[in-house]
Amino acid sequence: MDVIKEFKVIGKRLPSHDAVEKATGQTKYADDFALPGMIYGKILRAKYPHARIKRIDTSKAEKLDGVYCVLTHKDVPNNAIISRFGQTRAVGGFEGVYRVLAEGKVRYYGEPVALVAAETEEIAEKAIDLIEVEYEELEGVFDPREAMDPKAPKIEDGKSNVVARFKIRKGDVAKGFAEADVIVENEYMSQFIDHAYLEPEAGVAWVEDDGSITIRVSTQVIEHYREIAHVLGIPESRVRVITPKIGGGFGGKEDITVEYYLALLAWKTGRPVKIVQTREESLSFRSKRHPYKFKYKTGVKKDGTIVAVEAELISDAGAYMTLSPWVLLYSTVNAIGPYNVPNVKVDSYTVLTNHPPSGAYRTFGAGQACVAYEQQMDEVAKKLGMDPVEFRKKNYLKKGDTMANGWKIPNTVALHETTDLVLKYLGKKPKPSGPKKLVGMGIASGMCSYGRMIFLHDTSRSKVRLELDGSVTIECGVQDVGAGQEASLCQIVSEVLGVPLKKIRIISGDTAATPIAGTTTATRQLYMSGNATYLAAMKVRDNILTKASEIFGVDKSELIIEDEKIKTKDGKSISLRDIAVACAADGVELFCEAQFNAPFGEVPDPETGQGRVFPDFTYGTTGAIVEIDTETGEVEVKKIASAFDVGTAINPMRVEGQIEGGAAMGIGWALTEDVKFEKGIAKAQSFAEYIIATAVDVPEIKSIIVENHDGLGPFGARGVGEVVLAPVPPAVINAVADALGKRIKELPITGERILLALREKS
Amino acid sequence: MKKYPLEFKVNGKKYSVEVKPNVTLLRLLRSLGFTEVKAGCEKGDCGTCAVLLDGEPVNSCLTLALQAQGKEITTVRGLGTMEKLHPIQEAFVKYGAIQCGFCTPGMIISAKALLDKNPNPTREEIREAISGNLCRCTGYQKIVDAIEAAAKMMREAK
Ligand code: FES
Ligand code: FES
Repeated sequence: MDVIKEFKVIGKRLPSHDAVEKATGQTKYADDFALPGMIYGKILRAKYPHARIKRIDTSKAEKLDGVYCVLTHKDVPNNAIISRFGQTRAVGGFEGVYRVLAEGKVRYYGEPVALVAAETEEIAEKAIDLIEVEYEELEGVFDPREAMDPKAPKIEDGKSNVVARFKIRKGDVAKGFAEADVIVENEYMSQFIDHAYLEPEAGVAWVEDDGSITIRVSTQVIEHYREIAHVLGIPESRVRVITPKIGGGFGGKEDITVEYYLALLAWKTGRPVKIVQTREESLSFRSKRHPYKFKYKTGVKKDGTIVAVEAELISDAGAYMTLSPWVLLYSTVNAIGPYNVPNVKVDSYTVLTNHPPSGAYRTFGAGQACVAYEQQMDEVAKKLGMDPVEFRKKNYLKKGDTMANGWKIPNTVALHETTDLVLKYLGKKPKPSGPKKLVGMGIASGMCSYGRMIFLHDTSRSKVRLELDGSVTIECGVQDVGAGQEASLCQIVSEVLGVPLKKIRIISGDTAATPIAGTTTATRQLYMSGNATYLAAMKVRDNILTKASEIFGVDKSELIIEDEKIKTKDGKSISLRDIAVACAADGVELFCEAQFNAPFGEVPDPETGQGRVFPDFTYGTTGAIVEIDTETGEVEVKKIASAFDVGTAINPMRVEGQIEGGAAMGIGWALTEDVKFEKGIAKAQSFAEYIIATAVDVPEIKSIIVENHDGLGPFGARGVGEVVLAPVPPAVINAVADALGKRIKELPITGERILLALREKS
Repeated sequence: MKKYPLEFKVNGKKYSVEVKPNVTLLRLLRSLGFTEVKAGCEKGDCGTCAVLLDGEPVNSCLTLALQAQGKEITTVRGLGTMEKLHPIQEAFVKYGAIQCGFCTPGMIISAKALLDKNPNPTREEIREAISGNLCRCTGYQKIVDAIEAAAKMMREAK
């Protein structure tokens, strides 16, 4: 197959195909859709974080006028389901029992206990209030370290709360520490963080004429249709999931949100049912970023060479284990960061508590690790009396080095470059703007994989069809969370087939209508579906070039495709429309459905953690300058810059958009965001209490794109959606520590904590 | 609960409806098909529900429907169409200010309210004007770029 050498569309700052519909308010998100005769669902939630259910009486609720049905666990055909990770391949192990509706006991405050469907939302709410539940409160456990104690209350009766653990053993840490000149030991933590997408969880389900179920829901994973079918006890072929445009995901719409409830209520009532969660439900009861407790011990030579790292990671899985083991594996593989360390020992644990289940969240555990290892890098540099940048540069991974899990890096690690670019932008640390101000500068480097863990044997499919008028239709089951998942596929096809974006239409996110393309998670869509779409488009390209070479009597390699034409070197040309018609007349296929397979592997050795886990990584650096008001404790981020080697930027404008969004999210993580659970109950229940960065809280954000063109995605692209967040919180945290001359190890670093630290210091 | 008659205009078209006194303008507009007015929090904290009420930006989730009596409401769909975008919409498209798009309708309304009063705002003034509109995707950088560019386009068109 021919190769495209010069790009005409790739790398261009072209607006996304769906920007106009979004700018004019045409886009119908999950809650913007209704059907005739639609009724409304509501969820009754547990009033205690840990309690036995003695009795549920739904009779009063059922009698209320306008109520269609009230469901408890008894009404769910398969209520206790194994939460299995990986739509592609069941790898076994680490499978937790998840209950659709609480059965026997409730394990977290807000756990769904019963469902109501009624004529209006008001009636449904009234009915919820009429359901009587008698509880017997149980002792709860809210700290993962305490929950590890064999005497701690058990979340799953009779079973250990430690639901997964991983190890990494590389080299010999005892020998490493013996050789070290300086050893630094520290503890760090990361807090509960909410995804805070602006669109709350929502959807509509209905029963089709043939009795099958369709659910139109805001989800990153339409392939949950398989689990929904299992819960209902019907064949997978009888459940269809469609996702409209998603109002933000960030991992929070990776686990099932309202799908089971919608499906059950529609199935029981035969009516279309809508559920929209309130912001309070979303903030208080939905999955959160796993909080972590870290212990780090680092041994270094006087010249700054790291000789050994030992780390312990404990994450709070919440009350049900869904993705926690895999998030933990990400943290474990990332625990050392992008540094070359010969001797490594990592022990990690994820532990059940009476918090809402923790789940996927942008970086999937790699970000939490980065918060810890990048603070530790600064602490070690300080102890060594070395510049933190020089210390990092001395130890950055490079092509050919071996990561902690034994994987030998085959491509560029451009960290020296990304760090230099960030430093150049930041310039010298400025003087404080007043007498009561402190200024600090911080830097952090990070990495994050793109593509799923290779033992999941991930695949994606996409279909490209050239229409008879020379326009193109793409069908691909991607879920578009807003990062341009669809738009990048359009741009790839536009490049390959020489068709302008405005003549390309993409149909996405529908298990019954589009080829299965896997989840919009793990920074995998550009890599996986991008490659699948590229393969499909290249096949169509080859077919039309073959036909054109017959027509012109020249070799295929002599032909180029551009501006909706196939051209010869001597100036002859045929339009795509005419070539499509010619192909159709001869029965030449004008479509292709292609599948892309990621590299396949096995689960790494449980005792040593040795073995390749990911297809590849993206690396980069963030730097921040902050100013602290010592009277109020307020932190102002004055400057921030991030640079990442993205391989090839399919669309630099969208890459920048990712970097900038990651920067704002990371500032919130470092400084303000905290769900604040007290005895299992979220204290932040609105955006007035859960503070995400506004336009006045972020400075001008400098996004820097580095391109070494050796990623595994189409045209050498690497994934960027998650990595852009990882180094931001530690860069800001390190800047604050630099300003204060002291490290605050509790996150977020609120004004209150800063004032306390200043008082302690003086 | 008793319903009360309400007459008002949305995007230039007159509506006569009957509403309960506790219904918010957000809920009423959405039930009339103006789904571009988004419900991100219904507590006044996010700005996704912003509309212009007689030219003034309000969070429609904090406004009772009956408060719109005799007034003129503008939603993002009233500014421009897919065929003929308002300059603010055009700039949002061109400068990549839209990712998931859920904040976009409210964001564009706030931008419009700002530029109506201040045709030549500084970047700080732009940030201040949209500080009640949360966006979780973009980091606001390209939104500020877009509003700045739109202001320029609109000044030059005059
Ligand atoms: S929905 Fe009105 S401010 Fe959030
Ligand atoms: S674009 Fe997603 S919230 Fe602003």
